[in-house]
Amino acid sequence: MDTNIKMTRRSFLKADASLGLGLMLAFYMPIGLSKAITSAGAESNASQTDFEPNAFVRITADNNITVIVKHLEMGQGISTGLPTLIAEELDADWEQIKIEFAPAQARLYRNLIWGSLQGTGASNSMANSFTQMRQAGATARAMLLTAAAERWRVSASEVTVSKGVVYHHGQKLEASFGELVEAASQLEIPDNISLKNAKDFNYIGKHIARKDTIDKLNGSAQYTIDMQREKLLTAVVFHPPLFGAKVKSFDASKAKMIKGVVEVVQIPSGVAVLAHGFWPAKLGRDALDIEWDTAAANTLGSDEIFEQYKELAKKPGAIVRSEGDVDKALAGSAKRLLASFEFPYLAHAAMEPMDCVMELNEQGCEMWHGEQMQTLTQLNVSKVLDLKLDQVTINTLYAGGSFGRRGNPQSDFQSETAHIIKAMSVPAPVKLIWTREDDMQAGFYRPLNYHTLEAGLDEQGNLIAWHHRIVGQSILAGTMLNSVLLEQGNDPMTMDGAKDVPYTMPNILVDLHTPKINVPVLWWRSVAHTHTAFIETFIDELAAEANRDPVEFRRSQLAGQSRLLNVLDLVAEKSAWNDAMPAGRGRGIAIHKSFNTVVAQVAEVTVSKAGELTVDRVICVVDCGIAVNPKIIESQMQGGIGFGLSAALTGAITLKEGQVEQSNFHDYQPIRMNEMPHIDVHIVDSNEASSGVGEPGVPPIAPAVCNAIFMVTGKRIRSLPINQHDLSYA
Amino acid sequence: MLTLLVNGEEHSIDVEIDTPLLWVLRDNLGLTGTKYGCGIGLCGACTVHLDGVAVRSCATPVSAVSDKEVTTIEGLSQQSNHPLQEAWSEEQVSQCGYCQSGQIMSAAALLTTTANPTDADIDNAMSGNICRCATYQRIRAAIHTAAKKGA
Repeated sequence: MDTNIKMTRRSFLKADASLGLGLMLAFYMPIGLSKAITSAGAESNASQTDFEPNAFVRITADNNITVIVKHLEMGQGISTGLPTLIAEELDADWEQIKIEFAPAQARLYRNLIWGSLQGTGASNSMANSFTQMRQAGATARAMLLTAAAERWRVSASEVTVSKGVVYHHGQKLEASFGELVEAASQLEIPDNISLKNAKDFNYIGKHIARKDTIDKLNGSAQYTIDMQREKLLTAVVFHPPLFGAKVKSFDASKAKMIKGVVEVVQIPSGVAVLAHGFWPAKLGRDALDIEWDTAAANTLGSDEIFEQYKELAKKPGAIVRSEGDVDKALAGSAKRLLASFEFPYLAHAAMEPMDCVMELNEQGCEMWHGEQMQTLTQLNVSKVLDLKLDQVTINTLYAGGSFGRRGNPQSDFQSETAHIIKAMSVPAPVKLIWTREDDMQAGFYRPLNYHTLEAGLDEQGNLIAWHHRIVGQSILAGTMLNSVLLEQGNDPMTMDGAKDVPYTMPNILVDLHTPKINVPVLWWRSVAHTHTAFIETFIDELAAEANRDPVEFRRSQLAGQSRLLNVLDLVAEKSAWNDAMPAGRGRGIAIHKSFNTVVAQVAEVTVSKAGELTVDRVICVVDCGIAVNPKIIESQMQGGIGFGLSAALTGAITLKEGQVEQSNFHDYQPIRMNEMPHIDVHIVDSNEASSGVGEPGVPPIAPAVCNAIFMVTGKRIRSLPINQHDLSYA
Repeated sequence: MLTLLVNGEEHSIDVEIDTPLLWVLRDNLGLTGTKYGCGIGLCGACTVHLDGVAVRSCATPVSAVSDKEVTTIEGLSQQSNHPLQEAWSEEQVSQCGYCQSGQIMSAAALLTTTANPTDADIDNAMSGNICRCATYQRIRAAIHTAAKKGA
């Protein structure tokens, strides 16, 4: 064991030197000691002869390659994407690659775009890892190649690598990676590693099967809810009925009579019932009698919040972008258009409700769950338990969806688990499981937003003035990321997509109000873009006002923006934009750039005279730079459209006197099989750096559908969801 | 004590008779492939077969199944090689994967009654299963693929 640790440490120090991460001895823990869970659920098993040239690759004598995946797999395919980059530069055989999720160790596994934080989000997993992973693979390859050359006493330049085998063709020699690991592990890490040219890619851009496929179709994939530990108790929590309410007193006598219930504890976020298994815990929770202190609670309903926001929107907000003189330009416009837009709160509603497994041990605390923000959760949980950050071990598991929800800077459900375990009379391993109702009603929603837009056209129908005002809660305010991420005091999580509106206009004003409302909010797949992209309906209104074709109008306002123009032209071509639609059917377009990826969608809809809407087909074009895995990109576009469509059609979390009105999938309805349009995805050929695909499919769909509805019905949708509107027409 | 026949094996378990089958499978038998999603039969993540018929195990009390054969995703095939599982793999259906056990069990029940389902058949049989990742297009394709191979 000692030898093992030394070996691993030395290789990590070397890894650090090669990757320039500024590793400090005091902060790391060797992978051999951490309990990183592999995809098969086994524990990491580095041995003396393993070859670990860096923190991301481990090759063993049995010829297996383990790629340590630093990002959360929540469905987006990153546990295939990162190994693809390593396999590419390593010239590995895809079949010999296995995956293991990285432990929470920011020094090694930080998100390179996020400074010192380890985490997954902002659709930047591929962007921040693209070069890092390729270097990790290329370094390993170079060392294996050197090991072979030394063994065969030939020049390294005569040695080649293909699909996990090293060859010397002249002397008809070959060796598997596994045969070379011991020799390779003795070598110094080379400094100058060159990466492949795109023309030589074998895996990048090709169809490669996902690494998480088999586990996910036979029930063996390990999610948080599936974790088992010795003596584990399941916790179900009674949360406050209103945001900000606290427990005044409670009576647990009935709960404690339920067979299987072990203990009932009060925590800051409510009262937790611990039991042998979920069912008794839930019955116990339901049997609690709690009196709440609602003095500091939110009692506003969604209607009142909108009223407040409408009043605020009459006043100037904090200016986030100002060019030219908007007031003057509006006054001088040939045509002026003014509209306001309403967007409700939205729940993430991942299929796996929030859950977390935690156990206390001599080192501190160990956790098993799907986590988007390892470092912040280490920090938050360490505060609750009076530990140091590095005493909190996180084993990241597959997440049954997340969409931003498992990346809360406040680590709400993770901290809740820590509070439960802290409050127990005899601490035991705890599995917190939220019911669907808990998940839907416990907040951290996409914020409710109110927008006003005013624009002016000149005599020729060109857009010359644009005033966009947004009213919405700040996502960052009050979190530990507030000081880091605010831009001149303004929250990019509220204004992204509006501040950088792509259309060229001489006079632009974007301003922002961020009122404080006692409803917890959070990023939700594509964050601000979920509502700022809706300006695409207003662009359509302006095009109609100018008697211009929506595509031609957009083209004329996007001069010089080649990526957007290219995507726009391609979606017009693929959707046969200029062909007539039959009566009762319509198409609408929207284009939006988010997370450095450009997506345009054309939605085809049918609306009956009585107002019944179906979304029949969506044509989607995406430019995400180098397309690492086209099949995954296609799936992310399709999934993003389905997710965005759920919100556009019926999605709303509404409050009445502070209480959340929705509770489960009967009144908060994700799209189902029979409502899903057929989606054709076209990926732009590109040699630009890879950018995100997890989120950018979401923003355009709502405006594209609403524009299509207008084409059929002549009705403009200015508030979501669509199902609150009468779409009937004569 | 209740006796249950699950994936061909008999189990004797000591639970309250109104406990949903889902939690008996997960917490008592360790068969965690069947998932909790809503608890009230709305999302289909907990779908299992009772004598070959797809049911929502979260809304089925364990007392109602003691004379029936229960099949879960773990018992659908010996080596993850049910034609639907192979088609799921071929079409690369899964994203987060959490709902897919239930999707596959619903699809398997469909194919036993309807060997060559139309799109409308698929809509009818599968609309009780929510996929928040919206993998529906590939689920549909995978069902057709498996049907063609004679599942």
